[in-house]
Amino acid sequence: MSVNETISSAAEQREASVPVQDVAVEKKREDMPVQEGKTVGLPYADDPKFKLRNVEVFYGDDRAIKDISLDIARNEVISFIGPSGCGKSTFLRCLNRMNDSIDICRVKGQLMLDDEDIYHSKRDVVELRARVGMVFQKPNPFPKSIYDNVAYGPRIHGLANRKSDLDEIVENSLRKAGLWDEVKDRLDATATGMSGGQQQRLCIARAIAVSPEVILMDEPCSALDPIATAKVEELISEMSESYTIVIVTHSMQQAARVSHRTAYFHLGHLVEVNETSKVFTSPEHELTESYITGRFG
Amino acid sequence: MQTANLLPLILVLAVAAYGLAFMRSRAVAAPLGGIRNLKALPFYYAARAALWCAIPALIVLAAWAGFEGKVIQGMVISSLPQDVWPESPGQASLVLSQISNVAAGKLNPEFVPEHIAGAAGLLENLRAQSGTFKTILVLLIAALGAAFAWTRVAPHINARESVERTLRRIFFVCAAVAVLTTVGIVFSVIFETVRFFGKVPITEFLFGTSWSPQTALRADQVGAEGAFGIIPLFTGTLLISAIALLVAVPIGLLSAIYLSEYASKRVRSTVKPLLEMLAGVPTVVYGFFAALTVAPFIRDMAELVGLEASSQSALAAGLVMGIMIIPFVSSLSDDVINAVPQTLRDGSLALGATQSETMKNVIFPAALPGIIGGILLAASRAIGETMIVVMAAGLAANLTANPLDSVTTVTVQIATLLVGDQEFDSAKTLSAFALGMMLFIVTLLLNVVALKIVRKYREQYD
Repeated sequence: MSVNETISSAAEQREASVPVQDVAVEKKREDMPVQEGKTVGLPYADDPKFKLRNVEVFYGDDRAIKDISLDIARNEVISFIGPSGCGKSTFLRCLNRMNDSIDICRVKGQLMLDDEDIYHSKRDVVELRARVGMVFQKPNPFPKSIYDNVAYGPRIHGLANRKSDLDEIVENSLRKAGLWDEVKDRLDATATGMSGGQQQRLCIARAIAVSPEVILMDEPCSALDPIATAKVEELISEMSESYTIVIVTHSMQQAARVSHRTAYFHLGHLVEVNETSKVFTSPEHELTESYITGRFG
Repeated sequence: MQTANLLPLILVLAVAAYGLAFMRSRAVAAPLGGIRNLKALPFYYAARAALWCAIPALIVLAAWAGFEGKVIQGMVISSLPQDVWPESPGQASLVLSQISNVAAGKLNPEFVPEHIAGAAGLLENLRAQSGTFKTILVLLIAALGAAFAWTRVAPHINARESVERTLRRIFFVCAAVAVLTTVGIVFSVIFETVRFFGKVPITEFLFGTSWSPQTALRADQVGAEGAFGIIPLFTGTLLISAIALLVAVPIGLLSAIYLSEYASKRVRSTVKPLLEMLAGVPTVVYGFFAALTVAPFIRDMAELVGLEASSQSALAAGLVMGIMIIPFVSSLSDDVINAVPQTLRDGSLALGATQSETMKNVIFPAALPGIIGGILLAASRAIGETMIVVMAAGLAANLTANPLDSVTTVTVQIATLLVGDQEFDSAKTLSAFALGMMLFIVTLLLNVVALKIVRKYREQYD
């Protein structure tokens, strides 16, 4: 079953449908409220990779994520868009528990990866993060050689028994990240000497090297020029065959180009989730429309 | 007027110039429609007036005070009758001190030759004149400076630039003072060191294995020939420093890692200042702690296991010194570990590394140059430390690697050589300068290496 079929079949069974105020079509659209816990569109999927229910995130007393429920399908590319501070990055970082290192951050609700609770007290975070990799906004290669950067994950997880195995993993990962031809002659050079776009693709290779099932990307192209961005986007499209990809982006064109579904966040609410083409052509919620037409954000 | 009284007077004048120029600039600006029509804010016109009032006056005052004595002395000497002119500088200073004693009333003028008494009168006269001239000149210059600044308060003149320029120069002078002081110290040490090597061959000093600086006062004296071999002192220094570093580096580094990576904010904000308090304990306190508590304890422990230990041991001094330099290592390491970008930590954690793997594989290598810099700084501090070693390690210049023996260090020897009455032409006293020179060279090399390392790797992760 393809991703889109999964989603639409799920949409048919979706719980008590979202109240769209069809009577008041002529009503001033800004008045349409964000209802807590209510998301317009297609938030649910059959047999999802991630099943997230009533997720709330607190920074101290601040409620950064307000009762969000969402499914992320297998091998789907889903984009999170929304104005700055809307909680999309925070939500993303819940998926591999990167928020753990922030003392004041608390996560509530049910977050399941393949029907296993992500936030279970006995959950092995190391194993979780090996399955759910992450690429960050600013390229962050370690100040080591290119080879050591890619080999870092396999080494700490003991994925290679012999040097030749490790070489193979490194080569494959770099190939998948489209970087092999550029760096095969200088694997021993320090990674920090590469260009920004190369560094970011190296970070993607590094994430791929531990064979994750999911890759989270937090604005992966915001520090890159258009050419490097195009390369990374191409890479995302190729990778979507084998990985589930969640990408936070500020660029709506990027969301439109790479993702199957798009989720619009607003002030900690998940306002609308829909097939990408639908979100950008006929959004259901007027906050989404305001955002994508550039009325704010 | 005395220089000490002139200084506050110049200050008062400068403040007055500031106030006047400030009011004048506002007055100039008022008819134009406010201070925004001036090239600079009133503050700058006022500051420039204060600077022009004070700085030339201060320079003249300093120059006058610096040369006054010499000039007057020269005039007094040349006023003496030709036949009693002093033949050598030594004699001249004797005559001068006689003259100034008479002038100060400590010596009755009737007991000295007539020309001395006359010169004393001249000296007093010249001093009074010099004081008057100085006061008038300095105040005149201050007033002229202020007046000039007053005339230059005009809308089209940019006072801001000249104030900025002057401030920059003042800052430069302050920085230069520190550098020049260092250079001065180095030269005075070099000078005495060269004199020392005139008495003791440099090879004996560098390679001799025995240190006993007592030299014979009389030719027929027995048993005090003086030996100036630096090796026992340097081995003692290195032994104690090595023990200190063995204590300080692991404890300091691990506590830095704990504080920066594991401790909660609250623990960190309490423990870090407490740790840094160790650096605030006076070394003499560490010294008697080492001598009265640690050293006897070590001796007793050694006896328990059947080892012979002296009551003053390198181990005691080294341990306590290690405690003392923990904050150098921990504080600097903590800073550099914190300076490692959070993105690197995230990158490693997101790959499924644990906190300690992240520490070991990513943060520590990235912070290593800074950590080494901190350790080398701590090492140069350990090498230069005196008080603890004086009290806890003893004075016996033993050439030994046994930490339970008493040893002595370069700094301790310098201290003992220069305490008490000195004659500055004996090899014994001069050897202190040679030791100081060696010590300076060693710590300088350490610092240079530390800086090199830090600089070489500094921006690697940016």
